[in-house]
Amino acid sequence: MEVIDFIVRNWHEILHRAGEHAYFVAIAVFIAVATGVPIGIWITFNRKAAGIILYLAGIMMTVPSIALFGIMIPVLSIFGSGLGIVPAIVALVLYSQLPIIRNTYAAIKSVDPSIIDAGIGMGMSRMQVLFRVQLPMALSVIFAGIRVAVVMSIGIGAIAAFIGAGGLGHYIFMGINQSYDAMIKTGALCVAIMAVVADYIFGRIEYRMVSKGLRTN
Amino acid sequence: MITLEHATKVYPGSSSPAVDDVTLHVPEGEISVFIGPSGCGKTTLMRMINRLTPISSGVIEVGGKNVMELDPIELRRGIGYVIQQVGLFPHMTVRDNVATVPKLLGWNKSAIDNRVDELLELIGLDPGVFRSRYPRELSGGQAQRIGVARAMAADPPVMLMDEPFGAIDPITREVLQDEFLKIQWQVKKTIIFVTHDISEAIKMGQKIALLKDGQLIQYDVPEKLLTAPRNEFVKSFVGTDRALKRLNLLRVSDAMMTNPVHCQAADPSEKIMEYMIGNDLQFLLVTDGEERLMGYVNLYDLRGHRGKVGDVVRPMTITVSPEQNLKEALSRMLGFDLGIVVAVDEDQRLAGILNSKTLFSVVGDTYDERGGHWGNVTSKGRIP
Repeated sequence: MEVIDFIVRNWHEILHRAGEHAYFVAIAVFIAVATGVPIGIWITFNRKAAGIILYLAGIMMTVPSIALFGIMIPVLSIFGSGLGIVPAIVALVLYSQLPIIRNTYAAIKSVDPSIIDAGIGMGMSRMQVLFRVQLPMALSVIFAGIRVAVVMSIGIGAIAAFIGAGGLGHYIFMGINQSYDAMIKTGALCVAIMAVVADYIFGRIEYRMVSKGLRTN
Repeated sequence: MITLEHATKVYPGSSSPAVDDVTLHVPEGEISVFIGPSGCGKTTLMRMINRLTPISSGVIEVGGKNVMELDPIELRRGIGYVIQQVGLFPHMTVRDNVATVPKLLGWNKSAIDNRVDELLELIGLDPGVFRSRYPRELSGGQAQRIGVARAMAADPPVMLMDEPFGAIDPITREVLQDEFLKIQWQVKKTIIFVTHDISEAIKMGQKIALLKDGQLIQYDVPEKLLTAPRNEFVKSFVGTDRALKRLNLLRVSDAMMTNPVHCQAADPSEKIMEYMIGNDLQFLLVTDGEERLMGYVNLYDLRGHRGKVGDVVRPMTITVSPEQNLKEALSRMLGFDLGIVVAVDEDQRLAGILNSKTLFSVVGDTYDERGGHWGNVTSKGRIP
């Protein structure tokens, strides 16, 4: 009840915070996809690089998010943006790399070699096999990685309020400071709803983009 | 059309070559089968032709051109390629799968659509039904038919087929083999067909190349491989039942006795019975006025009968056509208790008769280990 009351009284500001949150998560995921997918594709051609990159991305995931945000402050303050939205985006991009790179890599690698052999044998170039066969077949698993990255970024993005990035995390930190229960719950609830909605939207996009021939039922 | 000269493949780090100095020529419009035990290099040898496996030394020419001097991608677009796993693209419709090479070659859309429909009809699948299906909606046999259609899409003069029917159940395999031979008869591609199944090799190949440990042991017409195996390995590979396998190669018309003794339905029973007794016949074939097979009569039915033979004729339920192979004919004969099978042409006209004697004579004719012949064996016992 208290939560509903809080939301009703503050809905205007909540929408604004949600907008902030969605904004930096969207930018982070966009950059993460734009870097992670090409890296994932590239390491399928280079076994040594694959080992190193997947290892580094794995380590990145183990760094506690609050520590990563903390580390960002002195590093990025060299460029004059130690606080605010920039370090938040950088941290989320780093976190998103593992699910995106790993899924892209695994999905492309798992394409049946006989299908690739058929493609090469019929006169496709290596790039044609990649873009006409491997990527369309890998799309659904790549999308699964992106969805993990999106949901994770929305969750971790709440902590970005700690370094002044704003967003829905603002309510959680403010609520903890003020021992204001309804405020904390509102922040958590909105983050959860945003994650569920985003996952659903990406699920629909995936359904549209992945070939009907690959649906399992 | 395809010439291999001293073709050799040595994999790095391997002491013995995977393909060892193979020289052979595949004539235009014929199927050459590469066969041998697993690991004999037959697939490697085939893959050297479209450069999926680079040659170590020697020369391979396709249509008079050294494949190593051609752009590998251009080369492959001009060679149809079918593999055992089919390798259809699961995210593409049947239409897009078949259109793979035409699209790579930049054909326009209507030319592609026409070609796809034409090919689907050729392989016996209704374009209206199958054009927009996905591979997961096809049976194994249908998928491999599409695989063959896809390889033929840009009408390449040469096709490489790597155990194309190997993963298909035996009954469907026979059907696909027959269908493919029928298509090949029209299109006359130059084909390399890899298999490990000697029966398939005999059925499909105009010539068979038998390989062992990367070496070409014998390259010959199937007939020669069966009747004149070059060494013990060939002999054991084609199997101790190679005489039976020859039945696949021979037609009923090769073995049947033409113009067999028979009567017509209008003939009087009494006269026919007399003839049968006089010539020691238990059964006699009966035809109508135009020599079409009606059936047979036996002596027992004719006894005491006054009238025409046609009144007591029994239908002949099992017949063969002169074009069928002897294996099928023998199998029918064994399922028919008279110990004979009658060959009729497409108009049911009596063409000939096949019994164990005519069958053995033709199989024994060319297949004899020492080149001798028993001659006529009779049942007279010890010579007095």
